[in-house]
Amino acid sequence: MLVADPATAAAWRRFREEFAAAGPDERRELLRARANRSRSTDLAMIGRAGLGHVGGDLSVLDILTTLFFAVLRVDPEQPEWPDRDRFVLSKGHTAGALYTTLAAAGFFAEDELRTFAGPHSALNGHPNRTKVPGVETNTGPLGHGLPVAVGMAVAGRLASSDRHVYVVLGDGELQEGSNWEAAMTAGHRRLSNLTAVVDRNRLQQGARTEDTAALDPLGDKWRAFGWDVVELDGHDHLALLGAFTAPRGDRPVCVIANTIKGRGVSFMEDRVEWHHKVPSAEQITAATAELAR
Amino acid sequence: MSAAVASFAGETFDCRVAFAGELIELARADDRIVAVCNDSVGSSNLGAFQKEFPDRLINVGIAEQDMVGVGAGLALSGYIPFVCGASPFLTGRALEQIKADVAYSHAPVILCGMSPGMAYGELGPTHHSIEDLSWLRAIAGLDIVVPADPAETRAAVRWAAGASRPVFLRVGRFKVPAVTDGFTFGAAARLRDGSDVTVVATGTMVSRALAAAELAAGDGVSVRVLNMSTIAPLDEDAIRAAVRETGAIVTAEEATTTGGLGAAVAAVVVAGPRPVPMRMLGVHREFAPTGDTAFLLEHFGLTAGDIRAAAVELSRG
Repeated sequence: MLVADPATAAAWRRFREEFAAAGPDERRELLRARANRSRSTDLAMIGRAGLGHVGGDLSVLDILTTLFFAVLRVDPEQPEWPDRDRFVLSKGHTAGALYTTLAAAGFFAEDELRTFAGPHSALNGHPNRTKVPGVETNTGPLGHGLPVAVGMAVAGRLASSDRHVYVVLGDGELQEGSNWEAAMTAGHRRLSNLTAVVDRNRLQQGARTEDTAALDPLGDKWRAFGWDVVELDGHDHLALLGAFTAPRGDRPVCVIANTIKGRGVSFMEDRVEWHHKVPSAEQITAATAELAR
Repeated sequence: MSAAVASFAGETFDCRVAFAGELIELARADDRIVAVCNDSVGSSNLGAFQKEFPDRLINVGIAEQDMVGVGAGLALSGYIPFVCGASPFLTGRALEQIKADVAYSHAPVILCGMSPGMAYGELGPTHHSIEDLSWLRAIAGLDIVVPADPAETRAAVRWAAGASRPVFLRVGRFKVPAVTDGFTFGAAARLRDGSDVTVVATGTMVSRALAAAELAAGDGVSVRVLNMSTIAPLDEDAIRAAVRETGAIVTAEEATTTGGLGAAVAAVVVAGPRPVPMRMLGVHREFAPTGDTAFLLEHFGLTAGDIRAAAVELSRG
């Protein structure tokens, strides 16, 4: 099991304090810059390892950054704190995005990212809770995160805890039936302590979701299962923040975050081949320059 | 031992009753104990639990993948979930959840495969769970426990609640006589000693193995009976001792022999140091014909008479 990096965790705490005190424009800039640093770190990590899911990492990073740097009630130095909010990355193939985010928050040292996917690294291609602090359940096969998150939300209820459970789902992943079993359970039990975020980048591994097994009208599907639905721009940090912190009704909330796969790197954006293609050194240099703007 | 054999002709029990009774007792003492089920309140015998602990019975409906995932989420949040469903659906439909959410994630869920084997007789092979032991044995980090009677079921439920690790508990519906006085995790219980051949049995086959040993004694064959209620991790020492001291092994299980108890025991036997003759009783990659459980056990050669015949034949080389 990796251990926390106290200096980075302290910096993360200062960021949270600064963010809490900041006005809207400053908040937007803080999260934008933070997310883009994670994007660059992620690209470098994938380039070193020679593998990764770059497109989905880039589409989900604004969601992860907003959650970990502005929303989640967690403590990187006490990852097992019982009343922490729970975060589940159901689209486990974007482990790279999660690792860079967790490292940036100090759950473990950023140097560990250099081991990504190497022999005996804690940082497997898909996240493992027994090795990486901040990972709540092992994901990878699709359609697993939501049922587990529902169990965590039921547990929060049983424990009379006000902790909240967040789960990030891929959109293509919603083709797995297990999600809808869990959506039904959450709706039926009115689990208002549960938020599902769909990274709606409209591309799955091989093609567009709508050309493969169409998901639209996606909001209607979730509403029909008893959820409140918010649709927003998944790269608009303040919109995400607003959705995560808005007063809750008595239902679970699904945030459909419209995103762009490969977001932030012009030659990767909305291109299906960047699902898990590995960028060359030159491409990483160009991408990093774009992200530093 | 004689008491065990004597009771064979007497009263028999549905282990689900012992399971439910023990679960309620544990739940009274520990509010972390919860039950999760798939519309199986009746078939998992959870009615009384639901009545006493309505908030702690989470019925997700007919949705096994969700059921196992929800169980994992509860376990990872500090609860002790007994996830109950008919074994064919729990293990077959939710196999990937068992692998990824429970075993690989080290989520201390107790998966309770109810009415396993061919307990659903006439309902047919869709409802039989003869593959469960084989499927689950292949999953790292998952303990597999098959109690033989009510006393062992109760003790196994109690053990599982405190085990703090992933467990599969196979809870029988087909009525069996009382043959044990409890459960010790990971240890084969030598219910009868013998010197010519050892029968390694599990679940419903244990009482039949004891009856077979009694019958074989009449043929002049001395049969050792091991109750292998923990299938994984396997008590390899007990098997090696049986190989060394009795020189022949029969396994008996209400399951497919492809990867089940027989295969597990065989792997130990062939590893030596001195492989000995062996016979595996069970179902050999076949779907069952129509019939009730007693008929099907007879059809597949799983009666005391069949076990006796195998033991006698092996002991005579």
